[in-house]
Amino acid sequence: MQTYYSDLLVIGAGLAGERVAVEAAQDGFDVICLSIVPARRSHSSAAQGGMQAALGNCAKGEGDNVDVHFGDTVRGSDWGCDQEVARLFADAAPIEMRRLAHWGVPWNRVVPGKSFYFKGGEKFEKEEKEEKRGLITARSFGGTAKWRTCYTSDGTGHAVMCTMDNRCAELGINVFDRKEAISLIHDGDVCTGAVVRCLRTGELEVYLSKATAICTGGFGRIYKATTNAVICDGGGHIIAHDTGVVPIGNPEAIQFHPTGIVPTDILVTEGCRGDGGTLLDVNEERFMNIYEPEKAELASRDVVSRWMTHHMRQGKGVKSAYGEHLWLDIRHLGDKHISTKLREVDEICHHFLNVDPRKQLIPVRPTQHYTMAGVRTDKDGAVYGLKGLFSAGEAACWDMHGFNRLGGNSLAETVVAGGIIGRKISEFLQGYETDFKTSLVSDAVRKQQDRMEKLASGAKGKENVYKVREELQNALMDGCFVFRNDAGLKSCIDTLQGTLEKARKVGLVSSGAGANHEMAAALKIEGQVKLGLCIAKGALERTESRGSHNREDYTARNDKEWLNRTLAYWREGADMPELQYEDATPCYEIPPGDRGYGGGSIIEADKAGIEAKTIKK
Amino acid sequence: MSRQLEFDIFRYNPQEKGSVPHMQTFVLDETENMTLFIALNRLREEQDPGLIFDFCCRAGICGACAMVINGRPGLACQTKTIDLPERITLLPLPVFKLIGDLSVDTGVWFREMYQSTESWVHTTKVFDANAIEERMENEVAEQIYELERCIECGCCVSACGTARLRDDFLGAAALNRVARFVVDPRDQRTDRDYFEIIGNDEGIFGCMGLLGCEDVCPKGLPLQNQLGFLRRKMGITAIKEIFRK
Repeated sequence: MQTYYSDLLVIGAGLAGERVAVEAAQDGFDVICLSIVPARRSHSSAAQGGMQAALGNCAKGEGDNVDVHFGDTVRGSDWGCDQEVARLFADAAPIEMRRLAHWGVPWNRVVPGKSFYFKGGEKFEKEEKEEKRGLITARSFGGTAKWRTCYTSDGTGHAVMCTMDNRCAELGINVFDRKEAISLIHDGDVCTGAVVRCLRTGELEVYLSKATAICTGGFGRIYKATTNAVICDGGGHIIAHDTGVVPIGNPEAIQFHPTGIVPTDILVTEGCRGDGGTLLDVNEERFMNIYEPEKAELASRDVVSRWMTHHMRQGKGVKSAYGEHLWLDIRHLGDKHISTKLREVDEICHHFLNVDPRKQLIPVRPTQHYTMAGVRTDKDGAVYGLKGLFSAGEAACWDMHGFNRLGGNSLAETVVAGGIIGRKISEFLQGYETDFKTSLVSDAVRKQQDRMEKLASGAKGKENVYKVREELQNALMDGCFVFRNDAGLKSCIDTLQGTLEKARKVGLVSSGAGANHEMAAALKIEGQVKLGLCIAKGALERTESRGSHNREDYTARNDKEWLNRTLAYWREGADMPELQYEDATPCYEIPPGDRGYGGGSIIEADKAGIEAKTIKK
Repeated sequence: MSRQLEFDIFRYNPQEKGSVPHMQTFVLDETENMTLFIALNRLREEQDPGLIFDFCCRAGICGACAMVINGRPGLACQTKTIDLPERITLLPLPVFKLIGDLSVDTGVWFREMYQSTESWVHTTKVFDANAIEERMENEVAEQIYELERCIECGCCVSACGTARLRDDFLGAAALNRVARFVVDPRDQRTDRDYFEIIGNDEGIFGCMGLLGCEDVCPKGLPLQNQLGFLRRKMGITAIKEIFRK
C-alpha cells in the first residue's frame, strides 16, 4: 500500500483547492492536491462570465465599493447568508483580483474613450476615463448595482485556472491527477487524511495529513438535468457526510437556470433573453407574457424556471427522446446580432445541436446549475464536527450565498475563500501536531477494500448502479426541482427510501478492474441518494419560499420562523437525515428587508430580536 | 431519421488479467442531436460498464475527451454522430500513455511540460496588497488570452510527426505556452532564457512543419504562427550567441 504524508491534503484541485494549496505552500507547508481529472479540466475552467470584486475602475463601476458589493450579496442571498462571511468576502475580493493579475491573469483592461453597450435591447453610450487606462475593467451582471464583474474575454475561469495551476507548478506543489478520495480517515473527532482510489490502476492508496481540505465543487450530477461537468457528483460531500459527524448546510438550497440546451444541458447565456429572445411552447406560442405580463422572459432566473416547469406540466412541453423541453427563439435578432453579440451561443448551437439559431429554434429546459448547499464550515472554513478538516468553494457551505447565489460571485468565491481559508489552515498548522494511528488507517483501508470486493462480486445484490442513479436523478427532478410542495416532496422521499435500499444492494456488471467507471459510480451511489434525501427532507421541513427554494404551498418568505440554516446530519445506520437548525447569521449589518426584485411577500421577524443582533455603524 | 450506428472501439485494459488489445463492435440506434458523449455513455450504461473513456465538461471547454475519431484526433463531446458515417471507429490518442480503452494519460505529460517550460510568470516584483494593480494595455491582455486558450486536449501532439518519432519533442502545445509568456510584459525572461528552454531539436528546431497540429486543434489556435514567431526569435538569438563567442 502506497502511503503519502503531507501537512495539508487538498481534495479537489479546481480554483478553490489550488488557491488553498498555494496559500499553505507559500508559508512553507508541504501540500498535496488530489484531483480526479488533470487540474485544468476542473469545472472552474468552464466558468465564462467573471468574478465580482468592487474595484470601481470602469465608467459604469464608478462609485462602487466593498459595502455596495456586500449589500448586493446579502440581498441576493435573500438574507439567508452569514453576514460576517459576506463581509470577509466583499472586503478581500479586490485584493485577490489584483493578486491574480500579479500572478499572470490577463484581465481585460479599461480602454479610454467612448463606446456603446446594450441594455434590454436598447443602445447606450458610455465614456471611459483616460486616468483609468490599463486598470482591470468590469462588465455588468444580474443582481448587482454597479458593473463589477472582472473578466477575461469569454474564458475567465479558464484563464484564472491556468494561472493558478502555473502558480502551483512554480511552488512545486504536488498535484496528483486521477486520484479519487473514497473515505476520510478519522476517529470521530480528528481527521487525519483519506483513503484514495487511483483512477489509473484502481489500486487503493493512503494519504495522511495534519489538515485536510475538501474543495470538490458542487453536486449537480445527482440531478438528471444539470449544467455541471460530469465530475461534479458530490464525492467530497459524501466522504465528509459519511463520517456521521459532519453536517450538510442548507441542502435544500439548489439553484436552477432556465436555459440549458437539450440534450446535453450546456448553458446558453441569459443574454439571449436579455437581448430580446423569447420562449415558445409546443405550439410555438409565447407563454411568459401570460404568466408575467410585466417582465415576461426577463423575470429572474428562478421565476422563469418556475413558469417553464409549470407550462410543461400543463402539457405544453415538446416531447423528445431526452424528455420534455421548450423552445428558445432568437431568430428575429438577425444574423449580425447573433454572429457578434451572441457568438458563443451560435457556436454551442452549431457544435452540439446542429442548429442554426438564425433559422431554427433552440431546445431548452430549466436545469440544475449551482449548489449553495455544502459541507458546513465556520467562517474560518473549519468543517463542523471534525478537527483538522476544512472546506472551501462550491463544496462548502461557508455561507456567503444563503439561498441564492449571484452571478459572478461563485468564481470569485473560489479564489477569495481559498485565500482566506488557506491562511486559516496555515495558522492552524503552525505548531500543530497529530498522531497517525496505524490501526485507524488499516481499518479504514480494509473497510474500503471490503466494499470494493463486495461490489465486484455482487455479494450484497445485483442492482445496476446506472439504473439506481437514474431513479435518484428522476426523483429529484420530479419532487425537488424549481417547484416544491408537500405532496411532491413526500412522494420524492418515499421513492428515495426505496432507491436507498437498492443503492445498498448494487453489484457490478463488469469486473471493476483498473480505471473502471462502474466501480467509481458504485462507490458513491449510496452517498448520492443520501444527499438527495437531505435535499428533499430539508425542503419538506422548510415551510417558506426563500431565494431558490420555492414552495407552492408556502409562498411567503417567513423570517419569523425560518431565518435560519438547515444542518443535515446522517448518523451511522440511519435511514433518514437528522435535521438541526442554527441562526442564519451571528449579526446583521443589513437587517432583513425587501430584495428589490422577484416580488413575493415577507412574514416579518421579531423586531427586538433583529435589533439586538444589528451592528450599529 | 433513425440510423443504426456501428461503433468499432479499441479495447485494452492493462489492469485486467488476460486482456489483449483488440477492436470491439457495438451497435446503437442514433437519436436526435446525438454526440459521441451521449453515444459512449449509453454504450457504457446499457451495454458494457467496463468501457473506459474520459469526459469532464462535455461542452468543448476542458479537453478531457480527445480521441481518434474515424482517423482524426478531435473532441468526442462536440462531435455529432450526424456528421459521421454509420460506421464509426474510435481509437485512443497516440503518443500519450494508455490508461485503458479510449483513455490516455495527458495529465502527467502536460505537468512535465509545465516544469520543462517553466510555465509561470518569472518576475522579481513582490505583490503589494495595498497598491492598485499594475496597468496593462487591453490589447496586450487579449493577445495573451488568445494564446492561453489551449485546453491541453493533446490533439496537436497526437497529430505531430515529430512527436510520433521522438519522445522528447516538446510539441505545439508547449511552444504555444512559451509564446504566451514571451508576449507577457510581466514575465522578465529574456530571449536568451527562452533559448535555453526551446532553442534545440526537442524544441523549436525539431518541428518538421507538417501543420498537423494546427489542422486538428479544436480551439483553432494559431499554432503555426506561434511556431514561426518563436523560430525567428530563436534563430536571431542563436546568431547573436555565435557573434558573442
